[in-house]
Amino acid sequence: MARVVVNVPAQAKRGEVIEIRTLAGHPMETGFRRTQLGELIPRDIIRTLICTYNGAEIFRAELHPAIAANPLISFTTVATESGTLEFRWTGDNGFSATQSAAIKVV
Amino acid sequence: MISRRTFLLLGVAASAAHAQLPPNIQEIRKKALDEAIRKVVGNAQVRQGKVKLDIPPLIDNGNAVPLAVEVESPMTEADHVKAIHIFTERNPQPYVVTAHLGPRAGRARIATRARIGDTGTVMAIAQMSDGSFWSDSVRVIVTLSACLEEGLI
Amino acid sequence: MKRFAVVIGLLFPGFLLAEIPLAERRSGYEFMSRETRAMQDDEITGPAVLALLDGEALWGKLGCAGCHGDAKASMKGVAARYPALVDGKLVNLEQRIRPKAPALAYESRELLALTAYVARQSRGMPISVAVDEKTKSSLEAGRGFFEKRQGQLNLACAQCHDDNWGKKLSGNTIPQAHPTGYPLYRLEWQTVGSLTRRLRNCLTGMRAELYPHGAPELVELELYLMWRARGMPLESPAVRP
Repeated sequence: MARVVVNVPAQAKRGEVIEIRTLAGHPMETGFRRTQLGELIPRDIIRTLICTYNGAEIFRAELHPAIAANPLISFTTVATESGTLEFRWTGDNGFSATQSAAIKVV
Repeated sequence: MISRRTFLLLGVAASAAHAQLPPNIQEIRKKALDEAIRKVVGNAQVRQGKVKLDIPPLIDNGNAVPLAVEVESPMTEADHVKAIHIFTERNPQPYVVTAHLGPRAGRARIATRARIGDTGTVMAIAQMSDGSFWSDSVRVIVTLSACLEEGLI
Repeated sequence: MKRFAVVIGLLFPGFLLAEIPLAERRSGYEFMSRETRAMQDDEITGPAVLALLDGEALWGKLGCAGCHGDAKASMKGVAARYPALVDGKLVNLEQRIRPKAPALAYESRELLALTAYVARQSRGMPISVAVDEKTKSSLEAGRGFFEKRQGQLNLACAQCHDDNWGKKLSGNTIPQAHPTGYPLYRLEWQTVGSLTRRLRNCLTGMRAELYPHGAPELVELELYLMWRARGMPLESPAVRP
C-alpha cells in the first residue's frame, strides 16, 4: 500500500474544532505529459479522499490532475466523541489506501 | 467554414502530432473554465466575498503551490458551507479540487498543494447551504526554472 | 581561525580570491519564497516526509539496526562529514550506503529514502568535511571543476554561483549552490533526488559533459561544495524549487 500520513490530535475537548492534515504518496500523473517519443502518458491520479468519524462521513474531496504530486489535503472537524477517524484514498487503476487514527474526546 | 467540433479535433490532432497547442488555446481554456463553473453554479450569481483564497502571488515552482481557502460561515445546520470548489484559468483543464464540507466541519477551511501551469487567475467558489455562491480569486505569476532538464536522472 | 586560513591559503595558492566571503554565505533556503520555506519546515506533511518514513521502514527491513542500532543515535553527524575517505577511496553518502544494502541502484526510491533518513539525523549540525593531506588532492580537483569553463556555453559554475549569485536568471534568483539539504525534494522533480542528480541537471543546462552517477569528478565536486559550505547547518531533507 502507498505510504500515507494522517495527523489528528490524540486528544481534544468536546466541541473543539480540530485540524486534520493528510499526505499521500502518489505521483499524480496528469495525463497531459508526453514521453521523449511524444506519446501521451495516461492519467493516473488519486480521485477521492473520504474521511469518516465513527462511521459518519465528515469530509470528502474530489481531486483532479491539478493537485500536486504526493497530495496534501487539510481540513477541520468538530471533536464530538472519542473514537476512530478512518481515511480512504481511491484513484485510477484501482488505487486504494487507508489509514485510521484514534481520538480521545474529553 | 469548418464546424467548431472539426476545428477542435484538428487542434487535438495537431497536438498529438506535434505536441503544440492550437493558436486559440486561451479561448478554449476560458470556455472550459466558464463551463466548469457553470456546472457547479448553474444560473446562480457568484458574488465576491466571504471567501479568502490564500495563495502566493509569485510562485517559485508551479508543480507544488501551497494554497488555503477559508470561508466566513457559522457552520451550523442552518447556515454552512456545503462545498469549496477551486478552479484555475491556465491549466490544461480547469478543475483543481472540490471539498465537500458540512456542519460537522466546524470551520470552512481547507488547504492543499496545487499545480498551476502558467501565470493567470486561481479562483475559489464556496457553495452555501442556502444555495448562494461566493468567491475569491487571485492572480498569480508562475516562474519557470532557468535550466529545464526534461526528467533527467 | 586566522592561522588556519593562512595555512589553507598557503596550501592552495590563489584560493581565497573568487570565493564568497564566509559571512556572506546563504543557503538556498533563503532564496526561496516564504511558502516554499514553510514546506521544508513542515515536519508532518512536508513533501519530503514520505521519503523519511520510507527510509525509517527500510532501516528496519534491511537490517541496518542489527549493527547500527537506533539511527537517531548512531547516524548523528554522519551526513555532515560526507564525502569522506573510506578504505582510501573518496565516497559520498549514497556510495557509502549502496554496498551495505545490495541491489540498491543509484537514484532508486529505496536508496534515496535511506539516504534521506540517515541525513535527517544530522539536521541542524554544521557541515564539516575532513580537509587534510589525504583529501587535499580531491578538494583541489573539485575546486578546479567548479572554476573551469566547460561545455558548449563555455561556462564555469563559479561564474554564476560565486560571481553572480542573487541576480536573476530567467525569472529565478541564482543561489550560491551550497548542498545544505541533500537529498532533497525538488518541486521541479516532484520527488526526492540526490546532489548528483542536481549536478547532472546543471551540467545539462550548461551543455557540458554529463558525468554518470558515481563518477569521481562529481564526488570530488561534491567534496569541494561541502567544504565551501563548511559550518553551514545541514537542512536535509530540504525542499527546493
